[in-house]
Amino acid sequence: MALTIFALILLIGWELVRGAKPAMLKFGWHFLVSSDWDPVNDVYGALPFIFGTVVSSFLALLIAVPISIATAVYLTELAPLWLRQPLTMFIELLAAVPSVILGLWGIFVMVPFLRDHLFPWLQKSLGFLPFFQGPIYGVSMLAGGIIVAIMIIPIITSVSREILRSVPGLQREAAYALGATRWEVTRIAVLSYAKKGLFGAVILGLGRALGETMAVTMVIGNTPQIVKSLFAPGYTLASVIANEFNEATGDLYPSALFEIGLVLLGVTVLVNIFAQLLLKTFAGPSVQPQH
Amino acid sequence: MTAPNHNLRKFKNAFMQTLACVCTVLVVLPLLLVFYHLLKEGFTAINWAFFTQLPKPVGETGGGMGNAIVGTFILLAQAALIGVPVGVLGGVYLSEYGGTKLNWWIRFAADILNGVPSITWGIVVFALLVVHNVTVFGQVLIPRGFSALAGGLVLGLMMIPLVMRTTEEVLQLVPGGYREAAFALGISKWRTIVQIVLRTASKGIVTGVLLALARVAGETAPLLFTALGNRFWAHSLTEPIAAMPLQIFAYAISPYDDWHRQAWAGALVLLLLVLFLNAGVRFLTRDRFQRKG
Amino acid sequence: MATTPKNPPALTARNLSIFFGANQVLKKISLDIAAKAVTAIIGPSGCGKSTFLRALNRMHELNPEARLEGEIRLCGEDIYASQVEPVIVRRRVGMVFQKSNPFPTMSIAENVTVGLRLNGVRERRLLAERTEQSLQMAALWDEVKDRLHAPAISLSGGQQQRLCIARALAVQPEVLLMDEPASALDPLATQKIEDLIIQLKRDYTIVIVTHNMQQAARISDFTAFFYLGELVEFDATTKIFTNPAKKQTEDYVTGRFG
Repeated sequence: MALTIFALILLIGWELVRGAKPAMLKFGWHFLVSSDWDPVNDVYGALPFIFGTVVSSFLALLIAVPISIATAVYLTELAPLWLRQPLTMFIELLAAVPSVILGLWGIFVMVPFLRDHLFPWLQKSLGFLPFFQGPIYGVSMLAGGIIVAIMIIPIITSVSREILRSVPGLQREAAYALGATRWEVTRIAVLSYAKKGLFGAVILGLGRALGETMAVTMVIGNTPQIVKSLFAPGYTLASVIANEFNEATGDLYPSALFEIGLVLLGVTVLVNIFAQLLLKTFAGPSVQPQH
Repeated sequence: MTAPNHNLRKFKNAFMQTLACVCTVLVVLPLLLVFYHLLKEGFTAINWAFFTQLPKPVGETGGGMGNAIVGTFILLAQAALIGVPVGVLGGVYLSEYGGTKLNWWIRFAADILNGVPSITWGIVVFALLVVHNVTVFGQVLIPRGFSALAGGLVLGLMMIPLVMRTTEEVLQLVPGGYREAAFALGISKWRTIVQIVLRTASKGIVTGVLLALARVAGETAPLLFTALGNRFWAHSLTEPIAAMPLQIFAYAISPYDDWHRQAWAGALVLLLLVLFLNAGVRFLTRDRFQRKG
Repeated sequence: MATTPKNPPALTARNLSIFFGANQVLKKISLDIAAKAVTAIIGPSGCGKSTFLRALNRMHELNPEARLEGEIRLCGEDIYASQVEPVIVRRRVGMVFQKSNPFPTMSIAENVTVGLRLNGVRERRLLAERTEQSLQMAALWDEVKDRLHAPAISLSGGQQQRLCIARALAVQPEVLLMDEPASALDPLATQKIEDLIIQLKRDYTIVIVTHNMQQAARISDFTAFFYLGELVEFDATTKIFTNPAKKQTEDYVTGRFG
C-alpha cells in the first residue's frame, strides 16, 4: 500500500512526459529560452512564464522571509506566554485558507488598494528605479508577488518556529550569562544556531511559492511578457496552464502546456528535495512540512 | 562600569523586539482582513436560496450555489474513499512493517509528493481519465470527458501522501509497550494492529484525515481539468460537476456584480467549512495535551 | 587553605527567599560570600543550591514564574534594585554551566571574545590580547594557540568547559559562578578544572555548586550546606568537614544520606 507512493510519482512523471513529448520533440531546448507564445501560429516558448514564476516567487520570498522569521522569533522568544499558543494556532489556520479565496480578496480588495494607493506612492518615491516605472494597472507582477508572500508566510513561520524551539536552552543561557540583551541572545545563540534549519524552511516556502496557482492567476494580469517594471502584468507557469489548458486545441498546443507542467514539476520537485534534505539534516524527523 | 555602547544596545534590543511584534501583526492582518471582507460582501447574498438553488442565467439576479455545495461534498466523499484506505494502510505499513531503509525512501517520496503543485496533479488525471475512455476487458468502464469521478480521483490522490504521513506519525506515538503486551499474549501482529494500535490512535488518524479533507476541499486548480464545473445539478458521476472553489473562481473573474457578490458568499461558506474542520481538529487534539499536563 | 575571610565580602545575601509560582524553593537565606576565595555550596538534589547560585546573577529570572524576596548585594550594591539592569549584573557576575555550551557557529577565538564584542570592543589588538590572557587563565592556551580559528565544537568535553571558563573570564567579572562545572567530565578533565579553580581564586571570587563533597573539601575555603531550601550551616570548609556544628551537616558529609 505504501508503495503506491512510488507508483504515484512514476505516474505523474510518465503522464507529463507523454503529454509533453510532441512539444519537446518539436522545440527541443529552444522551448525554454524562447519568448514566442503564439497559439495562433502554433509557436511556443516558455521563457515569459519561467520569468514570471521566478520573479513572482523571488518577490514573495523577499517579502515573506524577513516577516516570517521575525514572527517566528516573536512567537518563541518575545511574546507573552499566554499569547503564544493561540497566536501559533491562528497562524496555522492562516495556512489553511484556500488559494482561490485569497485570490478573490486579491482581485477586489488588494489590487484596487495597490492601484490607487501603494503603487503610486512607490512610483513617487522610488520611481528612479526601472522597477517602479511604467503604467499602473493594479494587476501586476508585484501584486502576484505580494499575494504569494501572504500564502507562504504561514508555512515558513510554522516551520521556523519549530526549528527555533528546538535550539537547546543551554545555548540561550550561555548568552544571557555573558550579559547579553534579549535581542543579542536571539541573534547569537538562537538564530546562528538555527541557520541551516531556517534556510530549509525558506526553501520549503520557495517550493510552495513556485507551485502557487489560483491566487496568482487572479492578480498577476496574465500577459506573457518580460519587462523590468514590477507594475506590469506578468504570467507564471502555473497560471498559463490554468487559463489556457481547457481552450487548447490541436496537438501541439496542449502538448506545449504539458511541457510547461513538466518544467514546473521539475523545478518544484528539485527545490523540495533540497528543502527536505536541509530540514532532515538539521532537525531530524520532528519537523513536518504540511502545516 | 557601563560600556560606552550600552545605550545603543538597549535601543537595538527595544527596536528589534518592536519589529518582531510588528511583523507578527502583519502576518495576522491578512486573515483578519479577508474574513472581514468576506463577511461584509458575502453576508448579504447568503440566504436559503443560496444553498438550494442553481445559478441563474447571465443577467438574472438571484439563484445560488446549491449545486456547487453539493458537488464539493460529493467530490470530498470520493476523495475520502480513495485517500483514506490507501493513506491509512500505507501509514500502517510505514509505522509497523517494512525495513528502515525502504521506509526512509517512502517517507521522503511522500514528503516530495506533498510539495507537488496541485495543478500538476490536475493535468495528470486529465491525461488519465479525460482524454480517453478507461476500458477493462474491452468494456468501457469510465467514458472519456470531464467527470466527477476524475475530480474525486485527483483529490483522493492528493490526499494519499498527506494521510499516510499523519497516520504514521500518530501510530508512532502509540507506546511500544502496548504492542509488546499484545504479542506476549500471543495475538498475531495484524490483529494487534487493528484492535489495539489503531484503536488507540483512532482519534489522531481521524484528525489527520479531516485536515487532509480540509486541504483538498479548497483546491481549485486540479478541478479545472477534471471536474470542470457544471451549471446544473450533476446526475451521474461521469458528468462534469460543480464545486465551490470552481464556482467562486468562475464568478470572481466574470464581469457581473451579482456574480461577484455570490463569489464572496461562496467564499465565506467555503472558508467557514475549511476553518471549521481545522479548528475542530485542533479542539479534538487539545484534550490530549491537557491531560499530559 | 586560607580560612580568614578577606574583608569586605564580595556578595551578601539577606533573607533571600525564592518562589516558583506557589512553590517556595529558598527560605530566608542569609550568607556572605568572601572575596577572592572559593565558596562551595553543597547539599542533596533539590535543596535549592542551583537556584541560589542563579539568583546571584539574576539568571533565575529567565523562569517567568520566579519571584524573589530579600536582597542580594554585590560589593554593597543591591543587584535587585529597580534601576539596576540584569544585563549589567551579569557582566559583573559571570557563570559557567554544568554542561559546556560554547557557541557552535563560532570559532574558539570568537567564543572567547563574544562578551567583549557585545560591549563594543572592536580593536583587534585588544581582543587578541584578551583572548590570550583568558585562555592562559583557563589553562587552555597551549592546547589551542595554533588553532584559534577552529570551530569551538572541535574541542573535547573538558577543553570545551575550559573554553567556557575563558569566555566568562574575558569580560573580567568580579565574581565567577560555577554550577557543577566538572560533573559531566572524566576524572582527568575534572582534575584540570579543579587545579584551575585553585589558581583563579587568587584573582576572582568563586562560588561553586557541587554534589561532589570531596571536591568541595579539596578546593573550597568556605562551604555552605543547603537542605530543602534552607541554609543549614555555613562555615570554613575545614570546620564543616571535620567538626560540623549541626547533626544534619554531619550526616550529609559522612554520607549517611544524600
